[in-house]
Amino acid sequence: MSFDLSLILESLPLMLAGIGITLKLLLVSGFLGLILAVALLLMRISGKFYLDWPAQAYIYVFRGTPILVQIFIIYYGLPQFEAVRDSIFWHILREPTGCAIVALTLNTGAYVSEILRGGVLGVDRGLLEAGSALGMSARHKFVYITTPIATRLSLPAYSNDVISLLKSTALASTITIADMTGIARTIVADTYAPYEIFISLAIVYMIFTLGLQKLFGVIERYLGRYTRRDG
Amino acid sequence: MDSMTDTETRPLIKMIKVNKFFGPFQALKNIDLEVYKGEKIVICGPSGSGKSTLIRCINRLEEHNDGNIIIDGIELTDKVEDIDAVRREVGMVFQSFNLFPHMTIAKNLMIAQQLVRKTPKAKAREIAMLYLERVKIPEQADKYPIQLSGGQQQRVAIARALCMRPEIILFDEPTSALDPEMINEVLDVMIDLARDGMTMVCVTHEMGFARSVADRVIFMDAGEIVEQAEPAEFFDNPENERTKVFLNQILSH
Repeated sequence: MSFDLSLILESLPLMLAGIGITLKLLLVSGFLGLILAVALLLMRISGKFYLDWPAQAYIYVFRGTPILVQIFIIYYGLPQFEAVRDSIFWHILREPTGCAIVALTLNTGAYVSEILRGGVLGVDRGLLEAGSALGMSARHKFVYITTPIATRLSLPAYSNDVISLLKSTALASTITIADMTGIARTIVADTYAPYEIFISLAIVYMIFTLGLQKLFGVIERYLGRYTRRDG
Repeated sequence: MDSMTDTETRPLIKMIKVNKFFGPFQALKNIDLEVYKGEKIVICGPSGSGKSTLIRCINRLEEHNDGNIIIDGIELTDKVEDIDAVRREVGMVFQSFNLFPHMTIAKNLMIAQQLVRKTPKAKAREIAMLYLERVKIPEQADKYPIQLSGGQQQRVAIARALCMRPEIILFDEPTSALDPEMINEVLDVMIDLARDGMTMVCVTHEMGFARSVADRVIFMDAGEIVEQAEPAEFFDNPENERTKVFLNQILSH
């Protein structure tokens, strides 16, 4: 079989036109998902069952179903309800991009909240006791002790989830969105050269992943500055 | 012991028939204890005898199940304001130092001053440096805890407690996690505090410290106060059989 290098060179710029959409999906759902995750985390650790249980149920549903199915349900399913079409959310949910962002946000929020909870549970109890002994309130302890330490502890797993989210954005191409994967599929349909096109697409995702890894590496070193003796 | 009642009329710490359970296990049994201003108390006893639990009840890190604990006239109940008020009076030094690892030494000493005492930042730093001088490590102010030795970290922890200007300091095995060569630098700070008249309750196995500093040594076993006496009496002439066995074990080598 032949491998057409010039086809790759021709199609790369076309696919790169989808970077904007891919990045938008990643950044917007990554950001909103993080906010959702913090809200779910606070519900989980509130110690109040009427906050904890709904959060647990939510996390179970969104971790228990494929993200592709979630995208389909939101994109194909929700518009069937008149209440949805009449609601203030309709101007988001009528657009495929809006649907993809909603699905990715809801999904990543469930995962990230559990990652953050792991970080919170990893904070040494003795530090919180020291805070109590100094008279710090529960809120002070959470803000000044738990949050900074849990953030550092959560970061490796969190960066994993962000990289995973980058790849999940490719699923948006299944609901007509022209992200990098969506454009690649269109080119394949025109050229019948899936091998070259998808390999170059894969390489683009790998380059993005490398960038994310480096970025998180920098953040990790910054947040971990107090864990090294040589300071 | 009522030999100290003449120093003050009201005890700073008063525990009346305090019981504490962990599930079915009774960690404290009918503890009666009075500590007066300026007194230095050493609590010793075998592992699991309830010594740490006892002092952790004094600042409500553990909740007692019944009996009364009254700190400087404030009874410890579920009321958050009372707990806060007591914790403002009572400092604590832990076996594992428990410095905040993500804050510099100075910040460790400033954070509670700023949040709890509402001390302005510059003033808090000034107080922090004052107590770092006192524990003889002002030059470490801008380092992180991990960069200090264990002995230095524990001295910082003592300075952190002092910054809150407590009436009482509780020491929960302050030298047990230290390498032998660092124990004395921490004990020296504690002796210095004792000379200054600080009210101290120390859980420790440092019998030399107990003998030279304590006004009273308390021996606990199985959740009870078995014996308490002035150090000379306690070490040279223990009354209870369990005390004798314990002292033999720790002083025999």
